[in-house]
Amino acid sequence: MDRVQRPVEASQLLFESERAPAFITGSEAVMEAIKRANVDMAIAYPITPQSESMHLIGDLYAKGYLKDYYRAENEFAVMAAIHGASLGGGRVFTATSGPGTLRAMEMFPVWAGSRQPIVCAFMCRGVSLPPSIQPENIEMGMLLDTGMLMLHAENVQDFFDMLLKAYLIAEKPDVHLPVGVFVDGFFVTHTRETVMLPPDDLKLLPYDPENSPVPVFDMETPPMRITRDPLLNKSNFISYAANASWHQEVLAAAERARKHLAQYLGGLLEVENPNAKIFIAASGTAVSQGREALKDLLDAGLDVGLIKIKSIRPFPVNELQEATKNAELIVVPEFNAGGWLAKEIKATLNENNRVVAGPRVFGGMTIPKELIISEIHNALNRQNQRL
Amino acid sequence: MNKSIFKITPCFEDIMPDEYKELVESDPFGKGLGVSQLGTYKELLEEHPLCAGCGLALSLRLILASLPNPEDTVIVGSTGCSALAFPQVALHNIHSVFGNQNAVASGLKRALKLRFPDKVKDVVVIAGDGATADIGLDMVMQSWFRCENITTIMLDNEAYANTGGQESGMSPQGTVLNMAPKGKKFPKISMPEIARESGCAYVAAISPAQPKRLEKMVRRAILTAREVGPSYVQIFSPCPTNYKFKPQEMVARIKQREKEGFFKSKEYITTEAQEYLAGLEEGKKDE
Repeated sequence: MDRVQRPVEASQLLFESERAPAFITGSEAVMEAIKRANVDMAIAYPITPQSESMHLIGDLYAKGYLKDYYRAENEFAVMAAIHGASLGGGRVFTATSGPGTLRAMEMFPVWAGSRQPIVCAFMCRGVSLPPSIQPENIEMGMLLDTGMLMLHAENVQDFFDMLLKAYLIAEKPDVHLPVGVFVDGFFVTHTRETVMLPPDDLKLLPYDPENSPVPVFDMETPPMRITRDPLLNKSNFISYAANASWHQEVLAAAERARKHLAQYLGGLLEVENPNAKIFIAASGTAVSQGREALKDLLDAGLDVGLIKIKSIRPFPVNELQEATKNAELIVVPEFNAGGWLAKEIKATLNENNRVVAGPRVFGGMTIPKELIISEIHNALNRQNQRL
Repeated sequence: MNKSIFKITPCFEDIMPDEYKELVESDPFGKGLGVSQLGTYKELLEEHPLCAGCGLALSLRLILASLPNPEDTVIVGSTGCSALAFPQVALHNIHSVFGNQNAVASGLKRALKLRFPDKVKDVVVIAGDGATADIGLDMVMQSWFRCENITTIMLDNEAYANTGGQESGMSPQGTVLNMAPKGKKFPKISMPEIARESGCAYVAAISPAQPKRLEKMVRRAILTAREVGPSYVQIFSPCPTNYKFKPQEMVARIKQREKEGFFKSKEYITTEAQEYLAGLEEGKKDE
């Protein structure tokens, strides 16, 4: 290990210690976060654009920051082994991208259903066919109802902070759920940015599996019926009710995460120009593109604001309703063909004909600010014609 | 495991289920009991919902009675008939999804090693033939390649029985089953040989018709996995329901298959495992 680390309270590491600038990529930010997260074990499997971050986690292991690390055989096996390590009481980390996410899909609801505080980074990319390794976040739309908490980072600073904070939120006994921290691949993973980092001789306190709402599988507690079969086995009402109430408790745990998200992230969303009549609402790097569009639109004299959605699960329903209560138009730029964020927003708001599901860009292109600007102008023209 | 953790709090005795009270009163934890003492202590499997005459049920009882360290053993199962019995097993046991058992066990064993560096925590996979030889084969073999310190036990009933009797890779060639309407086109997979070539330090094939031998093999497999490397035991446990024979004929069926040359018990041990086991078994004789 380069240096001896001191475990400290989260507040000291995150908020009180003095931060210093570092000019790093998103992949390097993952390494910097995990270095300070007191992680026991990580498991890796290569896929672009995730690989570099997990190489760097391997370097951390070689230096002694992690106690175990290996390259597994495929993403389903990675997520299964991470599940096993977490059931055994370890604090764990892994990461994947696009097709890897889909390969591992069966395990994500298992993590949530087992109430495991696993933190996983998703460096989102296109999924086949047609094949693309480029930035695109359709996989997030496929993970919305797996039970895991989902944070969407806009930039490298967000990525660092959200990963570290993810452990704190995931491990709260009243939450105890997996947290996925998502970024748009390449745009964040392979871009260098100045990031403010706390000192690396501090780390989070170790995970205490005794604080879990479900027992650890280590034969240190009495044997009892705790895995999935009691909820699956019998065809009778009590089994169905047990299954349903367990499921509801997973959803309730995600709801209870809201207060912790508010504490650590300063809210589930952020609003610029809160009194505007027109909003660009986005998550991930689409927020950055939206901010560029916002500057031009404000210069042109339009009354426009920006909503940055940081938490996708739980979704900021009340916050969004409040932020848009006087809005006449909400444009939702996204990096995927499906438009999952616009659907979420439409399902959240009254008078959802105010919501424009676009522009949507996929296949690897960036969202030019001009595309967002023209979407707003087109929508305003349509509204004027209706009047 | 500290045995005091599952004592009953005074004044709660009357509301605890009988089987739990029996477990507290005559448990097998830390006593070095085995197959020969069955009937004198509380078994770790409390009844089971499997079919009459099920080879898995008998095999499971024998495996649980053979564990060298039941008080510190965690079992990883998989989807299939055996999974129906595991909620009634008095050990921590994990069932996540179909086929991922050896990956789960890899992560679990490593985490337990980190958390309990001075204590032996045995991780034993017990799964069916479909889980082991078909859907989970890559993860089973990869755990062997990686030399994970886990034992894999296959309960080979030669079919997907829980889903209604479909052909598995372990069904004999020619067998007509669901999804093999014209009979299975390829032979039974040679799992013991695959295990031997994939890095297992100890490999055995056995049936519940030989309980003492089964016990010896399960113990050897688990002891080998602690110190030497991965181990594999394949237990031939025919399915009366899907192969349509009478429940009371299960053991006779195994013996008949053995006589016909379709099943034979095997043991492959690496030199290193042999030396290690000889040391342990020698030490036991001296005691």
